[in-house]
Amino acid sequence: MTATPNTRAALFATCIIDQLYPEVGVSVVRTLRRYGVSVDFPAGQTCCGQPLYNSGFTAGARRLALRVLDAFADADCVIVPSGSCGAMLRVFYLDLFADDPELRAKAEALAGRVYEFTEFLAGVVKPVSGGDGDDDGNGDGGHSRSEHPAAVAAYHPSCHLLRELGVRAAPRRLLDGAAGVAVNELPNADQCCGFGGAFAVKYPHISEQMLADKLDAITASGADTVTACDMGCLMHIGGGISRRQLPLRVRHIAQLLDNPGS
Amino acid sequence: MPAVATRDFVAASRAAVQDPQLRRAFGSAGAGFDGARRDAIAEVSPERWEEWREEARRIKEHAIGNLDYYLELLDSKVRANGGQVHFAADAEQANRIVAEIARSRAVKIATKSKSMVSEELGLNHVLEAQGVEVLETDLGEYIIQLAQETPSHLVAPAVHKNRAQVARLFTEHLGVPYSEDIDEMARVARVALRQKFLDADMGISGANFLVAETGTLVIVTNEGNGRLCTSAPRIHIGITGMEKVIPSMQDLAVFLRLLPRSATGQRITSYVSMVSGPRRADDEDGPEEFHLVIVDNGRSRLLADAALRESLYCIRCGACLNVCPIYQRVGGHAYGWVYPGPIGSIVTPELVGVAQAKDLPNASTLCGACRDACPVQINIPRMLLHLRHQLAESPDSGRRAASDTDTMLARGFGAIMSNPMLLRMARRLGRLALRPVSKGGKIGATRLPLLSRWTAARDLPAPAPRTFAEIWRDELADEPTPGDR
Repeated sequence: MTATPNTRAALFATCIIDQLYPEVGVSVVRTLRRYGVSVDFPAGQTCCGQPLYNSGFTAGARRLALRVLDAFADADCVIVPSGSCGAMLRVFYLDLFADDPELRAKAEALAGRVYEFTEFLAGVVKPVSGGDGDDDGNGDGGHSRSEHPAAVAAYHPSCHLLRELGVRAAPRRLLDGAAGVAVNELPNADQCCGFGGAFAVKYPHISEQMLADKLDAITASGADTVTACDMGCLMHIGGGISRRQLPLRVRHIAQLLDNPGS
Repeated sequence: MPAVATRDFVAASRAAVQDPQLRRAFGSAGAGFDGARRDAIAEVSPERWEEWREEARRIKEHAIGNLDYYLELLDSKVRANGGQVHFAADAEQANRIVAEIARSRAVKIATKSKSMVSEELGLNHVLEAQGVEVLETDLGEYIIQLAQETPSHLVAPAVHKNRAQVARLFTEHLGVPYSEDIDEMARVARVALRQKFLDADMGISGANFLVAETGTLVIVTNEGNGRLCTSAPRIHIGITGMEKVIPSMQDLAVFLRLLPRSATGQRITSYVSMVSGPRRADDEDGPEEFHLVIVDNGRSRLLADAALRESLYCIRCGACLNVCPIYQRVGGHAYGWVYPGPIGSIVTPELVGVAQAKDLPNASTLCGACRDACPVQINIPRMLLHLRHQLAESPDSGRRAASDTDTMLARGFGAIMSNPMLLRMARRLGRLALRPVSKGGKIGATRLPLLSRWTAARDLPAPAPRTFAEIWRDELADEPTPGDR
């Protein structure tokens, strides 16, 4: 994919953002537009099918995947503000349709056009407007670290983003370049938070232990905000923060890029 | 085969996560081994490491893809070297073969070096039942033999025990004064084991690799006990799974680089022992008889399933255990059978029956750390998904074991998400139903079934007043993009 000033992108909002965290979707759109990207939101999209796929119910997962293949058949590129749903579209659809050459070909065609949100921003397009542009050409997004950042963030690299999509540097680069955001190192950052979809309710005793360790690490980082590229993980981490009444904000990375003080 | 307790995973793992001693033991051992592994990789460079992994993967793909050929080659070479080869279809046959060798040669004492396959077979009990004294000589195995337990880790079988527990075991069973001094405890074990090495009639070892072209059994150890087991007694029995065969000595090289680094972070282990048959006329020592028992015991089923075949590439280094966030918290015994952790969650269901081990493939977040750590690039998450698929939808009712609740929820979710109109209705109903338990946009602790499994320790967001799709339609769709002309 080559970057053009008027790149058109189709947003796959993900069902969790659509239903539970619509404000994250708004920040995704605003940030993409700030980068000069024309955003489409194809109608009729629901869920990528991963909850079913991960539980072994592939027949149902295929039905949902077919809807995605159809809805995004004409898109130049598909932006997914989630490493996990992005992995579903780009990696797991290939396995899901492995036994059907025609659908597998469609899945491959889609896979080549799917970008996780930060991967797209850091690798494909550059901001163009509104004083946020990178005018000095040093690739840092035009910002220097402010002394009194609006958010001191701990970044949790979600498992599917890291190990299925291989996106490691992009989110950090965006956060490091964002105005009003400072980043504190998160100890054992690569460890899973214990969400894992149905895992969290099938084996809560294990999931809760993993969450407790993640919350301890976030607290130890000294950050006031925890961020990630996946609302699934953040729903889990945020659920623990809320229950323990920890003084921490939970923000999708798009929200910090859009408005770090939000 | 030893007792299968895979059905008890939930209860056993719940007990384990509440045991602070176990959590410390598995957490620190995992972190220690994994830290050493990462350092070892950094030393050779990640690029080089990837080349080795790919080479090892290619060798295993080739060897397992042509297993019949290499097993026949191995068989002929071992025989040419003067050894005997026995193929065992299952645990019972393997045990019978070893028991018969012991009986016909009037064996009284057998020393063993570490062998997970013998644990899988329950071999010790069979030999003990016919009056053979069986002694584990790997220090970790010796400790758990005294404690009458099973291994909790592939390479560190007694990792769940702390120093004080071992000291108490030694006092109790060996009559020595209580000491937590590591050197002293090692000395005590050495004294207890040394005479047995000399008295044993039979030595039993596993195998890390079987080299087909030379008929060689290779074991990789750190304590020297393996070498004593394979050379001092008059009979040596090597017992291992059929997947351990590799074509050539040339191929062995890359595995000798990968295995110690992946297991313990060592560049090389203290001992790499190669056994190619019994003592020859001009040898100064070595056993009079060498038997190789090659065990199937369900491995053919893994071989036959294209989706699970790569589990046979495993070299039992334990790296996937050390990085697994689940294993680190529940430990090895919770898995309920011989092979724990991520690779165990693939192998165990196939060897004991998927339906009675259905928790193992499900008790994973699919985080993928195991696949990244695996020295032969085994795609464990993909196989876990395959097993979950079989549990949910296999046409073979013997393998289908998803709960009715799971099936119902999956059907409901699939139906709602396939139909945006249904989704809107379900959303309205859901918001109504959840209103009594929602407060300030959050759902706190509740007794509602299913929901309570989440809310026991975590809040849940209530459905937002407007969906993103609605906000898009009302506010965002017509906004211009900066830079648009």
